[in-house]
Amino acid sequence: MPSPRSSNLQLNEHGRLRHFLTIEGLSRDLLTQILDTAESFAALPGRPVKKVPLLRGRIITNLFFENSTRTRTTFELAAKLLSADVINFNISTSATSKGETLLDTLRNIEAMHSDMFVVRHAQSGAAHFIAEHAAPRVSVINAGDGRHAHPTQAMLDMFTIRKHKGDFTPLRVAIVGDVLHSRVARSQILALNTLGVSEVRVVGPRTLLPTEARALGVHVFHDLEAGVRDVDVVIMLRLQNERMDGALLPNQHEYFRLYGLTDERLEAAKPDAIVMHPGPINRGIEMDSEVADGPRSVILQQVSYGIAVRMAVMSMAMQSQADISGGEA
Amino acid sequence: MSISIVNGRLVDPAHGIDDLLDLHVDGEVVVGVGDAPAEFTADEVIDARGCIVAPGLVDLAANLREPGYEYKATLSSEAAAAARGGITTVLCTPDTNPVIDNAAVVELIHRMARKLGQTRILATGALTRGLNGEQLSEMAALRQAGCVAVSNAHYPLGSTLVERRALEYASTFGLTVFLRPEDRHLRAGGCAHEGAVATRLGLPAIPSAAESVAVARDLALAEHCQAKIHFRALSTMTAARMLGEARAAGINVTADVAAHQLHLTEMDVDGFDPKCHVSPPLRTLSDREALRRAVADGTIAAICSDHQPHEPDAKERPFPETEPGISGLETLLGLTLRLVDEGALDLLTALARVTSGPADILGLPYGRLGIGSPADVVVFDFERRWTLDAARMRSEGHNTPFDGWDFPGTVTHTIFNGRVVYRGVETA
Repeated sequence: MPSPRSSNLQLNEHGRLRHFLTIEGLSRDLLTQILDTAESFAALPGRPVKKVPLLRGRIITNLFFENSTRTRTTFELAAKLLSADVINFNISTSATSKGETLLDTLRNIEAMHSDMFVVRHAQSGAAHFIAEHAAPRVSVINAGDGRHAHPTQAMLDMFTIRKHKGDFTPLRVAIVGDVLHSRVARSQILALNTLGVSEVRVVGPRTLLPTEARALGVHVFHDLEAGVRDVDVVIMLRLQNERMDGALLPNQHEYFRLYGLTDERLEAAKPDAIVMHPGPINRGIEMDSEVADGPRSVILQQVSYGIAVRMAVMSMAMQSQADISGGEA
Repeated sequence: MSISIVNGRLVDPAHGIDDLLDLHVDGEVVVGVGDAPAEFTADEVIDARGCIVAPGLVDLAANLREPGYEYKATLSSEAAAAARGGITTVLCTPDTNPVIDNAAVVELIHRMARKLGQTRILATGALTRGLNGEQLSEMAALRQAGCVAVSNAHYPLGSTLVERRALEYASTFGLTVFLRPEDRHLRAGGCAHEGAVATRLGLPAIPSAAESVAVARDLALAEHCQAKIHFRALSTMTAARMLGEARAAGINVTADVAAHQLHLTEMDVDGFDPKCHVSPPLRTLSDREALRRAVADGTIAAICSDHQPHEPDAKERPFPETEPGISGLETLLGLTLRLVDEGALDLLTALARVTSGPADILGLPYGRLGIGSPADVVVFDFERRWTLDAARMRSEGHNTPFDGWDFPGTVTHTIFNGRVVYRGVETA
C-alpha cells in the first residue's frame, strides 16, 4: 500500500516526479525544474517541425470525468508534440452512476496499457485516489480535482509570471474572486509561496473566501483597491455562473461593482503589473474588456504557455518511469 | 452454570468499587462480590490474577446492518465482534432495511440476538416512519416490543414542528430520544471539518456551527416539551459547553461521544484518508481536548463505538464519495483505556463512561456488578498491550484508522448473561 501522503506519493525513490497531483510537498527546486523544462519546449510550436520524439511509443489517456474542452485539448496537444499517442475518455457522471465504480473504470482503462492518465474529476482527492490505485508503471497527472488542485494551471501561471518578472522573490501577487471554490487558486497559492514570493493576497467577499484562508499562507483583503495596491501580479479567478444567484452573492452587478477589475482600479497596482485569468473570462463580471484586452493582460500567453508546461510535466513524469524500469523494480 | 472469577481487581464504577475482590455468578446474575454465598460451588473458576474484572461494556450506538445491509455486516458477525470487544449490551441503530419503525422488526432483531447469545442487542426504534423525518413512528408499539430509545439515526427531521411533536409523543411513553445534532443546511453536502485541513484539501466542509445550531434548537425544544433527549456523537467544543450549561440549568439532557473523536482530529484526514471519513467529521485539537474534559467531568456520560462496518468498496472511492464511519466495536475498550494511559481519565471514570454511564442514561440495569445484577463481565489485563490487525477483526467491516495501533488491556474473558462468550487466545 503506497503512503497516502501526497508528497511521498508524487515522488519516486530518487525524489523525481512520478505523479503530478498537487503543488503541496514539492520543493522549490522541483518547481523550478518544471519551469526550466517548459522553457525548452516553449519555442517548439513556432518552428516548422513542431514535434519532439521524447514520448514516442507511449500511450497517454485523457480521463475526463468532468467536461473541459480547452484543458483536455491543451493536454492532447502537449502529448502529441511529445509524439505520444493519445486516447480520450470522456466519462460523464451518468455513465459511472450506472454502476461501474471509479476503480472498475480505472482497471478497464489500465488494461489498455496506458502509460499515463491525465485525470479531471469533480471530487477533491480523485487524482490521489487514482494514483494510489493505478498500476506502478502508470503516471497520473491531475488536470483538476474538485476544489482541491489544478497544478498544471498553477505552473503555467508561474511560467507566465517568470517570463514577465524574472525573479519571484520580490513579488506581491493578488488573487481576486472565488477562492473558496477554486482549485486553481489553491494550487497558485502553494506554488507562489514555494517559489518564495514576498506576499500572496486573496481578495473577495467573505462568502467566497475559505474561513481558514490564512492557513493557506495568504493575507486576506475584502477591498479590491486595497488588495491590488502595489502588487506586481493580479490574478482574476473565474466566477462560476451558479455562484451568482443565491446566498453567496446578491447578483453580478454588485459583484462587478465591488470586485470587477477596471483600468481605474488597476491604477493602484504597480505600473508594470500584469493581469492574469485562467479563462474563460466573464467580461463585465470579473473584469472589463479594456483590461482583458489591454496592454497589461497576459491572458492569451497563459494559454500558449500551458502547452509547454504540460509537455514539461508529462516528459518529467515519464522519465521517472525510466528510473523504475532501469532500477531494482 | 456458575462461575467464580478469583484473584482479580474488581472495578465497578456504579458502586465506586476498585478493590481486590472475587466475583461469583450463578445462572444469569451476580450472586457474590468478595465472598461467595454459602454452599456456592463454581462450575468454572477463572483466575484473574493481574487482571481487571469490570462490568461488561454498554454501547449506545452501533450500526449492525442487519436486516437489509448484510453485504456490510450481519448480526452474527457483529455480535462476535462485540463479545471480543468486551461489549455485552449494544443498542443497534434503526437505519436498517426495513427500518426499525415497527414491532415486527424489533422482535426479529431481538429474537436473532437471543439465538446468537453473544451479546445483548437492544433495538433503537425509529423516531419517524421509515426515518422519513415527517410522520411519527408507532412509538407505543415500539416501546411495548422492547425499545428503550428512539432516534432518527443520522437522518434529519423535516422541521422543528415535527421535532417538537416527536419529542412530545416519545415522552408520553417514557422513551428517550436520541438526536444527532446537525443542521442539514449548514452541512450542505460537506464531508470534512471546516478548518485548515479541508481548506487546504479543497474538501466540501461542515462548520462547527452545523452542530451547535442544532444543539441550541434541540435544547430549546427539550426544555419546552419537558422531554428527555440524548445527544449522539458530539464533536465540537461549543456543543460540549452548551450541554454543560443546559445540564446546569436543569434541562433533562445527556450526551455521548464516539471513541474515535477523543483520539483523532482533522489532521488525520490529510492525504485524503477515507478511513478517517466520519460523520460528524473529525474536528480540531481544541475540540478534542474539550470533549475529553467533558467526558472527564461527566458532562458527557458515555463513550460509544459509533460502529459502522462497511464493505471495502464503500471506502475505495475519492474521499467525498466514500461512506462515512469506522468499524468500532473492537476498539471501544482499547480507545477508552488509552485515555487512561494518556492521563486524560482515571480508570474508574474511564470504565464508568462505557458501563454505568451509558446504562444510567437509559435507566438500564446493566453495566454494574452488584448482587443481583445481570452477569455481564469483562476481564482484561491492563498491562498486557495488544496491536489491532484490521485484517483479523471479527467484524465484517475492516474499516478502521486504528490498524496497527497499540492498546492497553487485552481482553481475556467476556461473560454475557452468565456464560463465557469470548476467551482471549493465550499467546504466552
